Amino acid sequence: MTAKLSADGLTLFRGERCLFQGLSFALNPGELLLLEGRNGSGKTSLMRAIAGLIEFEDGDVLWEGKPIRTNRPDFYGSVVWMQHRVGFKADLTLVENLRFESHLRAQSGADLDVVLKRLDIDRLKRLPLRSLSAGQQRRVALARMLLSSVPLWLMDEPFTNLDREGRALVMDLTTEHLSKGGMCIMAAHQDVEIGGNVTKIELK
Amino acid sequence: MMSEEDTVGMTSGILGVARRDLLLAWKRPGDILNPLFFFAMVAALFPLAIGPSPEQLQFSGPAVMWVAALLAMLLSLNSLFLSDFEDGSLDQMLVSPVPLSALALGKTLSHWLTSGLPLVIVSPVVAITFQMPFAVTGYLMVTLLLGTISLSLLGSIGAALTVGLHRGTALLSLLILPLAMPVLIFGARTVSLVAAGDGVAGGLYFLAAYAVLTLSFAPFATAAALRISNE
Amino acid sequence: MWKFIHQLASPPHFYRIAPAFIRWLAVPGLLLIAYGTYAGLFVAPMDYQQGDAFRIIYIHVPSAYLSMMAYMIMAVSAGIGLIWRIKLSHAVAAAAAPLGAWFTFLALATGSIWGKPMWGTWWEWGDPRLTSELIMLFLYFGYMALRGAIDDTAKADKASAVLALVGAVNVPIIHFSVEWWSSLHQGPTIIKEGGPAMDAAMLYPLLAMILGFTLVFGALLLRRVRAEVLYRERRTRWVKEMILAGGN
Repeated sequence: MTAKLSADGLTLFRGERCLFQGLSFALNPGELLLLEGRNGSGKTSLMRAIAGLIEFEDGDVLWEGKPIRTNRPDFYGSVVWMQHRVGFKADLTLVENLRFESHLRAQSGADLDVVLKRLDIDRLKRLPLRSLSAGQQRRVALARMLLSSVPLWLMDEPFTNLDREGRALVMDLTTEHLSKGGMCIMAAHQDVEIGGNVTKIELK
Repeated sequence: MMSEEDTVGMTSGILGVARRDLLLAWKRPGDILNPLFFFAMVAALFPLAIGPSPEQLQFSGPAVMWVAALLAMLLSLNSLFLSDFEDGSLDQMLVSPVPLSALALGKTLSHWLTSGLPLVIVSPVVAITFQMPFAVTGYLMVTLLLGTISLSLLGSIGAALTVGLHRGTALLSLLILPLAMPVLIFGARTVSLVAAGDGVAGGLYFLAAYAVLTLSFAPFATAAALRISNE
Repeated sequence: MWKFIHQLASPPHFYRIAPAFIRWLAVPGLLLIAYGTYAGLFVAPMDYQQGDAFRIIYIHVPSAYLSMMAYMIMAVSAGIGLIWRIKLSHAVAAAAAPLGAWFTFLALATGSIWGKPMWGTWWEWGDPRLTSELIMLFLYFGYMALRGAIDDTAKADKASAVLALVGAVNVPIIHFSVEWWSSLHQGPTIIKEGGPAMDAAMLYPLLAMILGFTLVFGALLLRRVRAEVLYRERRTRWVKEMILAGGN
C-alpha cells in the first residue's frame, strides 16, 4: 500500500550548497514526522520544499502516490502551513485575519470563540494584530490550524516565541490532531513530547 | 457580511482577497491618496515648465495627464505584493487549493479599485487646469478607465517579478514602461484626436481589446512570477 | 529524435560539439559578409534619390532583422526552459539577450546615421521602425536588468523567462501601436512599402549580408552559450576533469 505522503531520493540545494541527498520518508494518518537538526542544517528549506514553495534538485514528494509538483490543488487542499512569519496582516484584527482564511482553505466549522478561548487569545479578538506580542501571534497561527479541516499540518519551528504553556499547548493540540487520524510534519530544535507514532529524521 | 460565501473556490478566492486588500487600504488611506497627489503634482509640473499659454496647455493636456497617470500607477505598484511577501501571507496563498492566478487577480482587482479608479475620478479636476473641453474630458475618463485596467494587470506581473529584490522600484519601472507603451500611445493619442475633432472609435476599441487580452494572460503570468519570487 | 535532443541538451556534450558548429557557421557567414560588403559598396549602383547614403542599409537591415530574431530566440528558449526545465535552454536565453541588445543598438545607430542626410536630423520620431527599435532596446534592458538583480541563477532563469514570454506577447502589439501612432502624422519613412522593386545588383548584396549576419550571429550565440554553460557548470565533475585533462 502506498503511504499517504511519501518521498524518495530527495536532494536539495540552496544556492551552491547541497543540504541533503537521497532523503526518503513516508507518512500515514496518525503519524508525526519530526525533523531535527542544528541551525542551518536545512530544516526550514526541507519544510518549504515539502510545502512546494521551493523546488527539489532531485526527487519528488508524493501525495496519495502522485507528485505534488503536478497535483498542487489536490495536495494544497489537504495542507495547512505554519512557519516563522505568521502570514497575517498586522493592520487587520484577529477576527478579520481568520475570516480571510475561509477563502483559502476548507474550514472545520469549529466555533471561533471556543477555539480562541482554548488558545487563550479570546480577549484579543478585536485588536489589530500588530498590538499582539510575538507569542500571541503564534497562537493566532495555531487558531488557523484548528479552524481548518485539513489532515496534514506542516509546522516549521512551532515553539518559537511561545512560553511554557504555549509549548505544552502545541504538543497537546498536535497529539489530539494525530489521534483523530491527522498527520503532522514538524521541524523543531527543542525536545518534543508528543504521544503517538513519531518518526525522526536527523539532518546534518 | 458575506459569511454564506465561505466555500473555497475561485470566485470566493478573488473576492476574498480583493475584500481583504480593500479593508487594508481603508485602514491606511495614505496608500491611496499618495499616488493621487503625485498624479496631481506631476500634472501641475508641466504648466509650470511649459508656460501659461492656454493653446499649448490645451494641446499638451491629454499627453501630460496620461503620462502622469502612468507614473502614478507605477508608484502604487511597488507595494502590491511587498507586505504579503514580508509577513508570510504570500506563503499562505501559495499553500492553498485556490488557484494562485485567482488570488493574484483579486489583488489586481483591488489595486485597480484603489489606484486606477481614483485616477479616473479625479482626472476631470486636473483636466480643468488644462482648460480641457467638457466632451474631451469625457473621453479622457473613458480612455483612463480602460487603460488603467491594462496597466494594473501588466503592472502586477512586474510587481510579482520584482517583489523581494533590492532595487525593486527602479527595476519595476524598467520592466513595465516598455510594455505599457501601447496603452500610453492609444490612450493619449485618442484623447488628442478627440480634441482635434477626429474619430476615436479605433483607439477605444484597441484599449478595450488590450484590456481583455491582458486580463486573459496577466493573472497567470503574475501567479508564475509570484511562485518564482517567493522561492 | 528525442534522444538526440536530450543528448544535445546535456551540457558536457554541447560543450564538446559546439566548436564544430561555430566554425561551420562563422566561416560561411564571414565570407558572405565580405562579399556583401564589397558588392554593397562598389558593385551596387547608386540610389537615384538617396545617392550613396542608402548603402548603410547593408548593415541597418540585417541588424534590425536580427534584433527581432534574437528576441524570438530568447523568448522561445526561455519558454522551453520554463516548461520542460531544460537548463541549456535557459543558457541560450541568457546568452541571446546581450547579443540582441547589441544588434538593436546597431540598428538604432545606423538608422540614426542614415537619417541625418535623409531627414536632416539624427532622430526622427515620425519613423515607426526606429521608434519600435528603441522600445525593443528598452525591453532588452529590462530583461537583462531583471537577470542582473537576482543572484540565484535558477531563479533568475525562471523569472526572466516569464518576462521574456510576456514581452513576446507584447512585441507585435507594440509594433502595431507604434505604426498607428506614426500614421497619424505621415512621417517620412525610409523604405516605402510597395515601392519600386530593388535592382538585383542592390538586392543580392543585401540578401548576402542578411544571411551572413544571421550565420555570424548563430556562431556568436553558440560561443556565448558555451561560455555560459561553462560558468554555470563550474562546480561539476566534468568541468574539473576537463580542466585537469588540459582541454578547453
